[in-house]
Amino acid sequence: MDVQEEITRRSNPGKEEKKKQGKEYEKYAKKFSTKPKYFSNCVKAFIFGGLICEIGYVIQTLLMSNGMNEKDAGSWVTVILICAAQLLTGFGVYDTFAKIAGAGSMVPITGFANAMVSAAIEYKKEGPVLGVGSKIFSIAGPVLACGMSASVVVGLIYYIIDKVGG
Amino acid sequence: MYDVRQRRVGNRTFAFVERPVIIGAAAIGGELESKGPQAEWFDFLIDDDMYGEKTWEKAESKMLKQVVTAAVEQSGRNMDEIDVLLCGDLINQIMSSSFMARDLMIPFLGLYGACSTMTMSMLLAASLVDAGFCTNAAAGASSHFSTAERQFRMPLEHGNQRPPTSQWTATAAGAVIVSKQEQAKELCESKSDSIVCLTHGTVGRIVDPGLKDVNQMGAAMAPAAIDSILQHLKDTNRKPQDYDLILTGDLGDVGRKIVVDQMENYHGLKIKDVYDDCGSMMYGSEEDPHSGGSGCGCSASIIAGRIVKQMRKGTIRRAMLISTGALLSTISAQQGESIPGIAHAITVEAVPDAKELQL
Repeated sequence: MDVQEEITRRSNPGKEEKKKQGKEYEKYAKKFSTKPKYFSNCVKAFIFGGLICEIGYVIQTLLMSNGMNEKDAGSWVTVILICAAQLLTGFGVYDTFAKIAGAGSMVPITGFANAMVSAAIEYKKEGPVLGVGSKIFSIAGPVLACGMSASVVVGLIYYIIDKVGG
Repeated sequence: MYDVRQRRVGNRTFAFVERPVIIGAAAIGGELESKGPQAEWFDFLIDDDMYGEKTWEKAESKMLKQVVTAAVEQSGRNMDEIDVLLCGDLINQIMSSSFMARDLMIPFLGLYGACSTMTMSMLLAASLVDAGFCTNAAAGASSHFSTAERQFRMPLEHGNQRPPTSQWTATAAGAVIVSKQEQAKELCESKSDSIVCLTHGTVGRIVDPGLKDVNQMGAAMAPAAIDSILQHLKDTNRKPQDYDLILTGDLGDVGRKIVVDQMENYHGLKIKDVYDDCGSMMYGSEEDPHSGGSGCGCSASIIAGRIVKQMRKGTIRRAMLISTGALLSTISAQQGESIPGIAHAITVEAVPDAKELQL
């Protein structure tokens, strides 16, 4: 075997080989990494996420017992939870809460409010138009765009099934 | 008269034959770092990361300016005696360094080496001084958690989740003044401390192990650190035992374990007793940094703070310092590129006897 060629081959591996080496190294590095605590994280997310939903339900029941119909009460619950999350983000409490609650703080509508307000606060220094205006959707925007695209696709499938089946 | 071989040993290592000395050093630590185990070694501690400024970037700039000014003051030189200022940070177009240099009026070379900037700037400063282009050169680096976070990751108040392997960008900065030996005269007369001098430097190669996870930075940089350590040892014909300390920049807990495993099990070098990592040292478990600290400021503040002080006291006689950098950008990460690592190694020695110096 040509030694020089072998050295060149080793230092300039092909795409496939490079990928394989990367995968192998990733596996090797994982040996030294602490694994996320999946189970306790799931339990925490379940409890705190559920707690937020429970708070929403309590508010809804309170509003309905004061004579509001279910649809209006539902809208008010959304508004109240979003406002609360926005305020907590502004006071710098929400990220601390999120550290404890994990994914439980992300899934309900409060996580969405946090994503928008935190971006708005962060980019205030760059001005109201090019800072806040352009960056406020930096986290929420991709979620919206992908969510809407997905709903269009699902809607189309539903329409076709409905036509064919009906 | 001039012989290039004198200044090059082995394959790739620079030998600083004039042995430039460090006559001034200062380090600053941020809010969280001030609570950590390294706080006692910092010259300045700040209890508010905003540091009295309006933006995070301005705060980082001020921190860097503070350490450069303090290091110059300690060296007993005037600002106009500093021939060149070599500085870098993590922010786009190295904003913190350039805006700091705007006020100082020292000839300025801005550097970008990601988190490897500190040894990179020290290596270049030593080269410039050794070659005779400069009498005094300032070298420094800074990083700030909040500026790095907003550029590379998420807004601060966003409740995103950090995996256990992620590292915490240190809010810290450090600067040293590298000078010709004759400049240390006053220092030797006034104090009985050892004088710290730079003897060797190895410019690192980019090594890319193919990792794409930006939360596995330590593992991505470890192969580059290993490459530089091995090359430096080979070129200088030394073993790890010849050093009191081999210190990498910001590999964190994961990268640190990889370096030890590779060195001991694959290269047969006993490194464990002398090896440590700035990222692992920076925080205690109470600060909850996950896999340790990172950022240019991490190694900069520990080198300019703890290491220089310990060497002056004589508790460390010879140390190899290897700041490690991950040369990724937000664009490269989004385009699915893997993370290239780099590490520059320098050897510093403490000279206890002033007679050994050319004053």
